[in-house]
Amino acid sequence: MATTFTLNGKSQTVDVSPDMPLLWVLRDTLDKTGTKFGCGAGLCGACTVHINGEAARSCQTAISSVAGKKVTTIEGLSADGSHPVQQAWIAEDVPQCGYCQSGQIMSAVALLAKKPNPTDADIDDFMSGNICRCGTYQRIRKAIHRAAAASASKA
Amino acid sequence: MTATPVLNRREFLKTGAAGSAALVIAFHVPGTAYATDEDDQEEKPANPLNAWVRITPDNRVTLILGKSEMGQGAMTALPMILAEELYLDWKQVSVEQAPTDPKIYDHGTGGSGSVAGSWLPLRRAGAAAREMLITAAAKHWNVSRATCKAKDGGVLHGARKQFLTYGELVESAAKLPVPDFNTVPLKNSNDFTIVGHDRKRFEAGAKSTGTAKFGIDSRMPGMEYAVIARCPVFGGKVAKFDATQAKAVPGVRDVISIDAVGEGAFTSGGVVVLANNSWAAVQGRKALNITWDEGPNADESSESLRKHFVENAAKPGKIVRNEGDADGALSSGAKKVEAAYELPFAAHACMEPMNCTVHIRPDSAEAWVPTQAPQWAQAVIAKVSGLPPEKVNVHTTLMGGGFGRRYQADFVMEAAQVAKATGKPVQVLWTREDDMQHDFYRPASYHKMQGAVDAQGKLAAWKHFQSSTSIAAVWDKNGKEKPEASEFATAAFIPYETPNFRVEYALAHSGVPRAWWRSVEHSSSGFVVETFVDELAAAAGADPLKFRLQLIGDARKIPDFTNPKEGKPLDTARLKGVLQLAAEKAEWGKPLPKGIARGIAGYYSFESYTAAVAEVSVDKGQVRVHRIVYAVDCGRPVNPSGVVAQVESAAVYALSAMMKDAITIERGRVQQANFNDYDMPRMNEMPKVEVHLVMSKEDPTGIGEPGLPVVAPAVGNAVFAATGKRLRRLPIRAEDLA
Repeated sequence: MATTFTLNGKSQTVDVSPDMPLLWVLRDTLDKTGTKFGCGAGLCGACTVHINGEAARSCQTAISSVAGKKVTTIEGLSADGSHPVQQAWIAEDVPQCGYCQSGQIMSAVALLAKKPNPTDADIDDFMSGNICRCGTYQRIRKAIHRAAAASASKA
Repeated sequence: MTATPVLNRREFLKTGAAGSAALVIAFHVPGTAYATDEDDQEEKPANPLNAWVRITPDNRVTLILGKSEMGQGAMTALPMILAEELYLDWKQVSVEQAPTDPKIYDHGTGGSGSVAGSWLPLRRAGAAAREMLITAAAKHWNVSRATCKAKDGGVLHGARKQFLTYGELVESAAKLPVPDFNTVPLKNSNDFTIVGHDRKRFEAGAKSTGTAKFGIDSRMPGMEYAVIARCPVFGGKVAKFDATQAKAVPGVRDVISIDAVGEGAFTSGGVVVLANNSWAAVQGRKALNITWDEGPNADESSESLRKHFVENAAKPGKIVRNEGDADGALSSGAKKVEAAYELPFAAHACMEPMNCTVHIRPDSAEAWVPTQAPQWAQAVIAKVSGLPPEKVNVHTTLMGGGFGRRYQADFVMEAAQVAKATGKPVQVLWTREDDMQHDFYRPASYHKMQGAVDAQGKLAAWKHFQSSTSIAAVWDKNGKEKPEASEFATAAFIPYETPNFRVEYALAHSGVPRAWWRSVEHSSSGFVVETFVDELAAAAGADPLKFRLQLIGDARKIPDFTNPKEGKPLDTARLKGVLQLAAEKAEWGKPLPKGIARGIAGYYSFESYTAAVAEVSVDKGQVRVHRIVYAVDCGRPVNPSGVVAQVESAAVYALSAMMKDAITIERGRVQQANFNDYDMPRMNEMPKVEVHLVMSKEDPTGIGEPGLPVVAPAVGNAVFAATGKRLRRLPIRAEDLA
């Protein structure tokens, strides 16, 4: 069954089973492999994308449910890594193995959209759905504060 | 990781890249041999070279890296060493993953050895290239070599103020003989401008934009996606299966079965569902109807294993080490302490689940493998395909965590079997549940500790009995199942002086696969030794820090009992140094806010010294870790920022195992399946971790793992300080604090 949605600003139609999770459509059907598979159960956040601007776990999102909606993946955040959150991630030297970081960054961007200047408690609250097995949490927190400050100074 | 660099062959090559000359220097970086038996030694390689430096006319310098990047920062720290000797501008430097060459002995990445093992070979290779380039420049200008020096990625003639880039010199330098690696002059470490200074991770950009390619991101034209139904009971196999319903799932292309492989891979075999996407394969697997033959381990449980441990502990074990008369001293000692400690199986839980992408053609094979052991992957694919290894092209990809799990070749073996059967490119994907339930786990262990302190506060006796499901029993090819001193790691040569020291071991049988989990035996030994010494301090009524420092005593070097020939001795002065530094930075002894207490631990592993002070509070049986202050002496930190990152990471990995995670067995199978029942610390549970480095001038030693063993004892000792309750089994259980 064909489903049409907007992916990173462009209209996209896929002809797949309507209950196929968005994660696997992105990765296997559309070769957008920046979004990662971690648990398949909405427990780790590695597959986080934005649906109409809200953070969502793509492994728990049936493709049929995004029909007509706007999906943004890590590939759609910026063409060149220039998004302030990506820049903050590089500046704070956040990634280690890096596998969870697409999901961490997508969550962080969604957090900052809601709370442009989050407290540590806001960060803890919003980011606790994203697991990092390398334990980069301290640096993620610093990077979120850095991105918030960078955006504030531009505004 | 103690092998000495072998530089018995050097090659000097010209490459045909873009039709232009390049200066290429090949050298050897030792891999990680875990094999302990003489007869485990693989045949010697025809060509020991496994790393290359390539300098091209465009003035790019590329390190072709024979180490896997799994997050530990090898891709950044290793080129820093090279850049230092070559006086490079950091922007000139690139890194490429080395091809897997069957003539190369060992490409392995593990044992916290990436930097420690590469330090000298990389310096020598960089220095050799530099000396050749200087000679080439001197010849070009027809001046004395002494008037030329390397600077900013080129050679400068001081008097004439002339400068040639390395790129301009490679063609003539490539015609010169390579200096002897053993005598080539190395840069004076006082002149270092790169080593010892923070560098950002080489691939941080790719990992922040989704463009970094992990194994799971590998794609080949016409590739099929496969998942495998494996017997949930270790050692079990498929009795019969019906794939009718599975084949009816949209997207499923085929269902086949593969056999279990023992020696060399330790796979379960199973029923393979091939589909045109991963999800269809998973759906197809759910629709399989399989009858399992559960095999000989179906009765095993964590409870039965514990009973086995306790029975073993009631009898004398096999003596691993015996000095003096521990039993005699225990019976006459002034203050005696006896305690038993228990640690469960632990899963690696890499964020990227196991996967392998392979295409076996009639005349060649290609594979994309997130592996710590590319050669082993290549050998496995060669064996399954019947091709010679040199026809198997293994690409080592970035990997979403390794932690020892990716040293195995089970996931490669399965993919090779599937690829051989279908003849098509295939990616075998493990779901999280597969990954959790078919790991090679950190062994479960049980430790009975007995110690005595005399009236002067000296350690009169130390007796350590351990029963564990050893790693050696799985990997010992000859099935000798002998107790290994290595099962004790540093617990076999503790830094605390005592005339009466005894270590005993008894193997516990288990069907659960075991292997190397971040810090290996040190994860249990560190917990046991550093908790028990704290128990002795409490019995003696002494301050835990002062007690340790007193028992360590005078500066001395204690031979590595587990590896006396090659292991570096434990330098008690360096251990004292990190204990004192951690205590100072954590303001040991200074009162803390009400409800918060401190604990300390210090330990030696992978030739590095770590100490940690933890600050915790306990509320209604819930432990909260607020802060961990580390002091670390891993020799000269090549990339201090990278060292700190590794220690921060080890802290969280250790907290995960201490606070939350156990793999438990029931009816021969793992009871945990996903992050709901094997959870990780999350952002809101993250303590403040501070890492203080000793700016040592000793050669670099391990850092990927040494941060781990001190966490559980430091936290547990802090819990004792807060509550008077000793944590003797991991992970923490609320009832143990009631």
